[in-house]
Amino acid sequence: MDLSYTAAEEDFRARLREWLAKVLPTLPDRPSPDDWPGRRAYDLGWQRMLHDAGYADVHWDASPTTRLIFLEETERAGAPYVGANFVGLLHAGPTIAAEGTAEQRARWLPPVLRGEEVWCQGFSEPDAGSDLAALRTRARRDGDDYVVSGSKIWTSHAEVADWCELLVRTDPDAPRHRGITWLAMPMDAPGITVRPLRTLAGSAEFAEVFLDEVRVPVANRVGAENDGWRVTMVTLSFERGTAFVGEVVACRRVLRELARAARENGRWDDPVLRRRLGRLEGEFRALWRLTQWNVSVAEAGGGVPGTGASVFKLRYSHARQELYDAAADVLGPDCLDLDRPWVLDRLSSLSYTIAAGTSQIQRTIVAERVLGLPRGR
Amino acid sequence: MRFQLSEDQQALQAGVRRLLDRRFDREALRAAVGAPGRLDRALWRSLGEAGFFALRLPEPDGGVGLGLPEAALLFEEAGRALLPGPLVATHLAAGRVPGAATGETVVTAVDGQLVEWLEAADVVLGETVGAVAMRSVDPLTPLHRVPGTTPADPLAVLLTAAEQLGTAARVCELAVQHARTREQFGRPIGTFQAVQHLCADLLVRTEIARTAVYAAAVTADGADIAAARLLADEAAVRGARDCLQVHGGMGFTWEADVHLHLKRAWLRAARGGGGTQSEELLAARLAA
Repeated sequence: MDLSYTAAEEDFRARLREWLAKVLPTLPDRPSPDDWPGRRAYDLGWQRMLHDAGYADVHWDASPTTRLIFLEETERAGAPYVGANFVGLLHAGPTIAAEGTAEQRARWLPPVLRGEEVWCQGFSEPDAGSDLAALRTRARRDGDDYVVSGSKIWTSHAEVADWCELLVRTDPDAPRHRGITWLAMPMDAPGITVRPLRTLAGSAEFAEVFLDEVRVPVANRVGAENDGWRVTMVTLSFERGTAFVGEVVACRRVLRELARAARENGRWDDPVLRRRLGRLEGEFRALWRLTQWNVSVAEAGGGVPGTGASVFKLRYSHARQELYDAAADVLGPDCLDLDRPWVLDRLSSLSYTIAAGTSQIQRTIVAERVLGLPRGR
Repeated sequence: MRFQLSEDQQALQAGVRRLLDRRFDREALRAAVGAPGRLDRALWRSLGEAGFFALRLPEPDGGVGLGLPEAALLFEEAGRALLPGPLVATHLAAGRVPGAATGETVVTAVDGQLVEWLEAADVVLGETVGAVAMRSVDPLTPLHRVPGTTPADPLAVLLTAAEQLGTAARVCELAVQHARTREQFGRPIGTFQAVQHLCADLLVRTEIARTAVYAAAVTADGADIAAARLLADEAAVRGARDCLQVHGGMGFTWEADVHLHLKRAWLRAARGGGGTQSEELLAARLAA
C-alpha cells in the first residue's frame, strides 16, 4: 500500500499547478447559469486553453493517476469545470475513440479536443430513465439515412450542442437490450425541437428534445446496427471511474468554508453542529481515500474501473446531500435565501442520488453483481 | 501511487487467516463463550510465535520488522475471527514490557474509564486503583470501570478500527451467505430487493471503512486515524445490526454468532474516547 506519487507524476502536478496559477487570472468572468450561449463560449474557451497547453486529452490518454492529479489540481486552483464539454470529452469522445472508424475519429474527435464543438447526450426518455433498455425512440432505414422519431429528456446542453450521441431502437422485435443503435445526430437537422426544462433549482439545466422524422446519415452510426447497448456500456464504465474526483476535492473545500462561516457566526460553539462537521470531514477524507483506491485498481486493471464505482457513487451522492444539509444548519435562517452561498448547491445536490442510476438501482447492482445474490424481480 | 495490497501483504493476510481458522475456529469461539473470563494462554503464545505482537519490532530486537499497514491487516483478521483478549494493548507493549512480544506476558491497559481483561492480564498499564468489575455486555471481554480517565493512544485507536473493519467484512459475508440460502415464500430471501439493499449497504460501509483504515495505517496521521475510526465503527456496528436483521428471528438467539459480533463492535466503539473525541479532533483540524 503506497500513497506516494512517482517523480513523473509529481512533475506533472508541479507543471500543471504552475500553468494554472498563470492562466486562471486571465479568464473572463463566469457567465450566469441561465446564459447558455455565454456558458458554451466560456466552456469551449477553457477547453481551447487546455488544448493549447497540451492538457486537452488528459481524460482520454493519460493514466488514471495522472487524471486524478489533473482533476485534483484544477479543482484546488478553482479552474472552470468541464461544463458543456462534459459529454464530448467524457462520453461521446471516448466512445468514438474506442468504437468508431478511422474516418469517424478524424471527423469528430479533434473538434472536441480543440474546444470547437459541443455534444449532448440523447439517452434517457420519459419512460426510460434508470431502465434505459426500455427506450422507444425509433429509427427506420431509408436509403443512406436513418429516419428518427421519438423524444429524449434530461438532455444537458441540448440548446447549445452541435451533436447528440443518440440511442435509438432499430429493431423493435429484438429483446430489449438488442435492437438499439448508437448514432451521432447533428443538432441542426430539420425535425429537432428543443424545449428547456426548468429544474427545482429554478434554472434550465437541461431540456426535452423532440425528434420528428429526423434524417441521420447511416455513416453517422458508431458500431454495428443493433449493437448500441454494448457500445454504450463500454463508455459508461469509464465515465464512472473518475467522474467525481474534482467534486470530492470541492466538497472538502466547502467543508473548510463552512467551518470558517460557523466560527464567524458563533454556531461553531454548538457541539452538535461542530461534531457533525467533524464527522463529515471524516467522511470526505474517506471518500478521497476510496477514490485513490479505485484509481489504483483502474491503473492495475489497464484503465478499466472495477466495481468500486457503484460503491463510491452510492456513498458519495448521499454524503454530498448531508454536506449541504449541514451547510443549512451553519447558515441558519439564511439557508432559505437563494442569494446566499450553498443554497443552490443544496437544491442541486438532490439530483445526485437519482442521476446516472438511482441509489436503488446502484444497490441492486452491488447486491447482484458484486455480492452475487440471486437475481430479484 | 499504488494504493493496493502488495503481494507480501496479501500473503500475510492469507497466512493470518489460515492460522486463526486453525487455532480459533467456531468451536473454539463457542467454547470461549462458555468459559467467560478465561484467557487461552496456549493460543496467546501461538499468536506470539506467529509474530502477532512482535510484528512492528525491528528485526535486531527479535521482531518481524514490518509496519503499521501490516499491523492493520493483522488486526483486521483478528476482528474477523472475533479473537478475544487484550490484543491491542499487548501488541503496543511489545518491546516495552518483557515477554509481551513473544506472547508469554499478557498486557492490558487502561483506556478512558475502562480496562479490559484486568484479572487475566499479567501486566496492567495505567492507574487501576478503585477498579470495579462490570457485568460486561460482551461475553468474551471482561470489563472493569476505573475512576479518572486516560487519554486515547492514536495507535490503539487505529488498530481498533482495523478490528472493526474485520468485523464489518465478516458480518457482510454472514449476511450474504444467509440471504443466499435461507428460503421464504418459496425462494431465497436474497432475491428480495429489501434484503438485497441491506446487503449492499453492508458492503458499501465496509469498503469505505477499508480504504479509510488502510490509508490511516499508511499515513499514521491523527485526522486520518480519527476518520478511520468513525467509518470503521459505523461499518461494524451498523453492519452487525443489519446482519442480525437479515438473519431474522434466528439472529436474535444466543446460538447465532451475530450478537457476539455486535457486542464486540459496541465495546470497541467505546475505546479511545469514543467517536465523539474523533469528531472533535476532525472538527479542530477543519478549523485550523
